[in-house]
Amino acid sequence: MTKQHANWSPYDNNGGSCVAIAGSDYCVIAADTRMSTGYNILTRDYSKISHLAEKCVMASSGFQADVKALQKVLSARHLTYQHQHNKQMSCPAMAQLLSNTLYYKRFFPYYSFNVLGGLDSEGKGCVFTYDAVGSYERVGYSSQGSGSTLIMPFLDNQLKSPSPLLLPAQDAVTPLSEAEAVDLVKTVFASATERDIYTGDKVEIVILNSTGIHREFMELRKD
Amino acid sequence: MKLDTSGLESFPSLILHGNDVAGEISAPPSFDLPNSNDFDGFLKEAIQMVKPAKGTTTLAFIFKEGVMVAADSRASMGGYICECLSTLLFGTGRVLCYLLLIKQFFFFFIASQSVKKIIEINPYMLGTMAGGAADCQFWHRNLGIKCRLHELANKRRISVTGASKLLANILYSYRGMGLSVGTMIAGWDETGPGLYYVDSEGGRLKGTRFSVGSGSPYAYGVLDSGYKYDMSIEEASELARRAIYHATFRDGASGGVASVYYVGPTGWKKLSGDDVGELHYHYNPVTPSTTVEQEMVDAAAA
Repeated sequence: MTKQHANWSPYDNNGGSCVAIAGSDYCVIAADTRMSTGYNILTRDYSKISHLAEKCVMASSGFQADVKALQKVLSARHLTYQHQHNKQMSCPAMAQLLSNTLYYKRFFPYYSFNVLGGLDSEGKGCVFTYDAVGSYERVGYSSQGSGSTLIMPFLDNQLKSPSPLLLPAQDAVTPLSEAEAVDLVKTVFASATERDIYTGDKVEIVILNSTGIHREFMELRKD
Repeated sequence: MKLDTSGLESFPSLILHGNDVAGEISAPPSFDLPNSNDFDGFLKEAIQMVKPAKGTTTLAFIFKEGVMVAADSRASMGGYICECLSTLLFGTGRVLCYLLLIKQFFFFFIASQSVKKIIEINPYMLGTMAGGAADCQFWHRNLGIKCRLHELANKRRISVTGASKLLANILYSYRGMGLSVGTMIAGWDETGPGLYYVDSEGGRLKGTRFSVGSGSPYAYGVLDSGYKYDMSIEEASELARRAIYHATFRDGASGGVASVYYVGPTGWKKLSGDDVGELHYHYNPVTPSTTVEQEMVDAAAA
């Protein structure tokens, strides 16, 4: 019997890029706000960033329906955790929860490329990067999504940090100041917008630091 | 298909199963499975996608003082860097199955140069990662949980034999479903040092020397020629480091940082983590020779 190839796919790619950078006492998470399908733009004003816990923010690109479902599962689990433990989940804890949540759908994955950013228990910035089925590692910076092939080499050039595997251990977080990191993120998105058709419209930048959470927007090319 | 999901149960639910929403969240986890007539067949195609990250070099060997474990840190993909999915659906009219395959195809792209391929299961046992990164990470974490439960239930540590058997049984129950795991479990228990190779086909081998991954032939060459049972810890770690270095030199899918761990009677200890680029010049120092250009510079200066 010849194998029939299906004429419908449950997945779609809504495009977009996300970036996260960890600093010594802050974390910057950014994502563009364009949602597309094929060559069409569905909306110019869609937030890909979700504030999961007090010190933990997730940005996801890929298939936004799966992203929405994933965000709902995680915030429900976080609520349960708060009821059981009477405190907020820390960023490394949320990172592992996200990894497990993704792996539980190992045979029918969430089409969601995530970066998780936040502050660890010492107040230092932490960024976790994921693949689609849940393998993760803590890094100093990361980018995901359609523009990541353009963004990642640039971040490597500007922020390349010593590998966390080296012994004696060296600090992975960037020595940049918060303002410099935000400026870098804006530059990165402006450049990615030039060459990636799925990235553009606006970039939403979220900054987590000791004073709390701040959000700002920057306009990008709309073409 | 009956799957062994006992590995996914963590603790009894503390929430009363009153309404469905809470029950759904706290219900014992199980994997969603696609409906298919030919599950085995189309998952063989899935394996093509999950093939990523077998590009690696890991090795472990037992010697007089204990077990030495070493690995590189590069994650690459024959497609794009990890996380690239596209979908392929097989249908027979009513029954549809969902599946993911790699869509974007570049040549070898380095996903990460800092992947932790030596996973610390517990303070006296290590596991190495080769194959699917998520598969290895998840099941090693799961194995650590099971080992801890064994300790609490039996008031003694689990043996390396037992731990490797737990993992092998889980992987065997998922055989044919596309998991990609090629791991070595190394540890120290009451019987001394232990080393087992476990893979996602359900294989489990006890041995004294193993190397897994695309760079393993190169690592075996160096390891086998330099191996002696009576080595000191320094000699053994140097042998392991060299073997990884040579594998990263010749194998394009291996690189990054060569990590070396030692497992002894008191548990594991990380001995070194060296960038292989720097190791190259350490093993092959550049001696300033008098080239023609150098002579011309010297003559002009004189």
